[in-house]
Amino acid sequence: MDFQVVILAGGFSSNLVPLVSKEVPKALLPVANRPVLSYVLDLLESNNLKDLIVVVEGEDAALKVGGWISSACVDRLHVEVAAVAENVGTAGALRAIAHHLTANDILIVSGDIVSDIPPGAVAATHRRHDAAVTVMLCAQPVSGPSESGGSGGKDKTKKPACEDIVGLDSWKQFLLYIAKGTEIKKDTRVNKSILCAAGKMELRSDLMDSHIYAFKRSVLQEVLDQKPAFRSLKQDVLPYLVRTQLRSDVSSDQNNVEENGNGKNNMQNNEVVLSQVLSNASLPSFHQVYESGLDSRKTHKCCVYIADESKYFVRLNSIQAFMDVNRDVIGDANHLSGYSFSAHHNIVHPSAELGSKTTVGPHCMLGEGSQVGDKCSVKRSVIGRHCRIGSNVKIVNSVVMDHATIGDGCSIQGSVICSNAQLQERVTLRDCQVEAGYIVCAGGEHKGETFARK
Amino acid sequence: MESRRNPRAVVDPKVRQVGFFTSSQPDSSSTQQQTEPISASASASSPPVSTISPSGNSLSPVMIPPPRLNSSDTFPLRNAAAGATSAVSPSSFSYSNRRDFPDGSTTASPGRHSRGSFVKSSAPVASSLPGIGMDSMAAAKSSSVPASGLTTVSVVTMPPGLAENASGMEVQSDQKKNSKSLKEKTTKAERRAIQEAQRAAKAAAKADGGKVPPGTSASLASTSVKVAKPAKPSTQKNEVAVSAGVTEKKGGPSEKDRKKDAPHPRMQYDDESRVVKAKRRAVVKQTEAKNRVELFRHLPQYEHGTQLPDLEAKFFQLDPMHPAVYKVGLQYLSGDISGGNARCIAMLQAFQDVIKDYSTPPEKNLNRDMTSKISSYVSFLIECRPLSISMGNAIRFVKNRIAKLPITLSESEAKAALQSDIERFINDKIIGADMVIVKHAVTKIRDGDVLLTYGSPTAVEMILLHAHELKKKFRVLVVDSRPKLEGQLLLRRLIKRGISCTYTHINAISYIMHEVTKVFLGASSVLSNGTVYSRVGTACVAMVASAFRVPVLLCCEAYKFHERVQLDSICSNELGDPNAISKVHGREDINYLDGLTNNANLQFLNLMYDATPSDYISMIITDYGMVPPTSVPVIVREYQKEHLLV
Repeated sequence: MDFQVVILAGGFSSNLVPLVSKEVPKALLPVANRPVLSYVLDLLESNNLKDLIVVVEGEDAALKVGGWISSACVDRLHVEVAAVAENVGTAGALRAIAHHLTANDILIVSGDIVSDIPPGAVAATHRRHDAAVTVMLCAQPVSGPSESGGSGGKDKTKKPACEDIVGLDSWKQFLLYIAKGTEIKKDTRVNKSILCAAGKMELRSDLMDSHIYAFKRSVLQEVLDQKPAFRSLKQDVLPYLVRTQLRSDVSSDQNNVEENGNGKNNMQNNEVVLSQVLSNASLPSFHQVYESGLDSRKTHKCCVYIADESKYFVRLNSIQAFMDVNRDVIGDANHLSGYSFSAHHNIVHPSAELGSKTTVGPHCMLGEGSQVGDKCSVKRSVIGRHCRIGSNVKIVNSVVMDHATIGDGCSIQGSVICSNAQLQERVTLRDCQVEAGYIVCAGGEHKGETFARK
Repeated sequence: MESRRNPRAVVDPKVRQVGFFTSSQPDSSSTQQQTEPISASASASSPPVSTISPSGNSLSPVMIPPPRLNSSDTFPLRNAAAGATSAVSPSSFSYSNRRDFPDGSTTASPGRHSRGSFVKSSAPVASSLPGIGMDSMAAAKSSSVPASGLTTVSVVTMPPGLAENASGMEVQSDQKKNSKSLKEKTTKAERRAIQEAQRAAKAAAKADGGKVPPGTSASLASTSVKVAKPAKPSTQKNEVAVSAGVTEKKGGPSEKDRKKDAPHPRMQYDDESRVVKAKRRAVVKQTEAKNRVELFRHLPQYEHGTQLPDLEAKFFQLDPMHPAVYKVGLQYLSGDISGGNARCIAMLQAFQDVIKDYSTPPEKNLNRDMTSKISSYVSFLIECRPLSISMGNAIRFVKNRIAKLPITLSESEAKAALQSDIERFINDKIIGADMVIVKHAVTKIRDGDVLLTYGSPTAVEMILLHAHELKKKFRVLVVDSRPKLEGQLLLRRLIKRGISCTYTHINAISYIMHEVTKVFLGASSVLSNGTVYSRVGTACVAMVASAFRVPVLLCCEAYKFHERVQLDSICSNELGDPNAISKVHGREDINYLDGLTNNANLQFLNLMYDATPSDYISMIITDYGMVPPTSVPVIVREYQKEHLLV
């Protein structure tokens, strides 16, 4: 279908410290014991998109991600990994790989998405409107643990307010305005000409930019070339395109340009008549109306695709989101995990060893080769591979990554224990994050802390 | 209704056979019949048909293509063979070509020789250890992506389809040696055995992910062995079955499928069993609307909300669909393109794109394969929105041109010829015709005229604009109707040019008709009894006009004429989105029917077309001049053939 897919997998996101480290870039953070990138790859593969470019920030991270992909996806997907310098931003990353983009349209997917929204829908909307850019919007997810404790640490792990303010036209097809909720302090500017042309604008705050975009390649490359200062797709490129949709500097469409300006006088010109017939036949968007009102104006279209509310969508961009995703993938949205659940709605690997009187509740996952001692209780948690958990341990709403060791009598709630970390006896953690390889001393009681080596 | 039947008729063996046998008779619609035998064998008829008709004897072009990776050199060879044997009949060509093949590998030209030996060497390898053979072939193609900056970390191995092809070739050559009389009749059991084997092979190929695009990069030997393995037992089975001296036939549609694929000339949507069957084939997921008007039960009506999202979601999964066709389908479905001419042009342009990107698969015939491709696209477009008659005629033209392509043409020549044919159709039959119509019609506009038009017909708009350019003094009354309100768009364009206009809705037609001197109407189609099939409301306007003794001039390009006879607008029509008439967009305050849409006692009828009897039409302006409606059958009879041949 002449689409190229670029996955922006990021590098070591600062939002996710201490979960990410030199060993574990963001793309490889485990969600239900699978790297988060695998969810994106699976989504694309199920949509028959098998030729992918993965862009990773930093050479080291690229090596790690590349290594994982080649071990996991060999024979299924054709993946190329490109390493770009760190902190160039999404726009910078695309600029770095721009010369590899050849298809007419580019589908850009963030690498930290766990979703079941078919990306084809965005592409189809994009094609149908012949748009310069199409953005997928989805409903704002309910964040935070819904039916459990752990609200205490919410202030700290709260999402960095990623609510977007979007303005749509009355048919909900075009994007008239987009801004990040956090950027709007008191007042904001709305382009008057766009408002006049569209007639009506619907401002919504319940929709969220999902970081799945379809760009026309020529437009994207032109913007990236013209504006070297642009660093982020979402914060720079997209608002720019939306702002300038009625006075386009980019040569988005040749047909639209000639159709109305000069051609109507010479009826002999078949081409002109042809394009006229075609354009007259369709219901003109406000772009065309505006264009026909003023000569020598070029416009481009910024479209939206609003995903169905029943679809699942979360971006893994904060620690809270990380907890949410892990909880949902083995809970409500378990069709995404790709595992088959037992009758108790949990996944216990056959090689995992459970001690006597140990209970593993529903919506839990116990990885391969993990050992759990006696009289333990595991609820709504994901436990990685080869973990060793002592006796009398209580794990609720937590994520324990591979090879972690948890001593006897620990109590863990709403926390993330990274791989190779060690908890000595009788540690009580509540809403804490423990860095990989960190050793928490015995007997401590912690709440809302981050354990990392300085 | 010929136009609608045509795309489906390709998969209907019975109709085809009749067409073939009667083709010698002189008939007005002989052009169409000539296309049919060819398309018949293209869609791989089953054994019983083949034993009767000579065209069926050809090795059907699908199933087991040989392992030719560089298709570029195959065509000259095939053409050479065709040149030698084309005297017999076009259908026997691929056959004799293949019979030549073993000799060619031993004696004839170097080109053939190398190809033959390649087959011989690769085939045994492929059957014993397919991985190695594939490996070496794939290695040559490995550097398709510029390496700078990108590291390929994961690749897809060669698709099993190719591995299977390699062993498939062996099957074919075996079969050539063993089967002496290829026309030998087959017993039912044998046919069944072949079919079973081929079905198994197909299933195996599919299970291995046959959709994987070929030639991505270097493959791992171990994996490709693993991949190719499942294909092997089935091909062996094939070999056994085929070498039993049986005419090789493609699995294709089995008997049962064929029956299913033979639809009623036009689907009657109140026939439930047929609807269910049609639904199974459909690409677009369609939910039947619940409350339908009894009189129009036989027409398709779907829940409009569900189709578009579903089709959009499948964007990347519709592998064989060409993007251009897909886009046009989406635009039909969402109503972004409407109007007979525009839809027709959009479709033809999509077909041009298809032809541009087309390359004949190995061992297939361009004429046949492309016809079947076009047919599948057309059935997709029909699912998006029923075809208009003009589109039906255009499709008939395209298929006819494909079928008429001389077999000696190379692929690029054939493609260029087809593209220019389509270009010419658009320019001559649509745009050119409109120009002629404008020239004729302008003579009928005098100073001081008050012209009425309804909706937004392309031709009429051009007439008005041209008359305005000629500095004629006239006034235009634009009559419009809900829900599409196309007249407003026309109005906007006319006003921009400085034509003085009056705008009204069709409710007021009888009051406004007093001052009108001429009525100009457009049409979706003109049928051979002079009935005008057009946007709903046209009949009303024409009748009121004739009651007021106002002349009604109908502007219609001749490519929209059709030989069908229709007396009413019930038997053939199109149902639009019922929500369009029950709701007013953006006016929540006047949606009085809110909540009633699913009431069992309420049925919405949003008809798209109506039929105007010829009595109400004073004159039809077409590219053959200004004629009375009674002359339509003459034009259809005399010029239709020329239409299709151009």
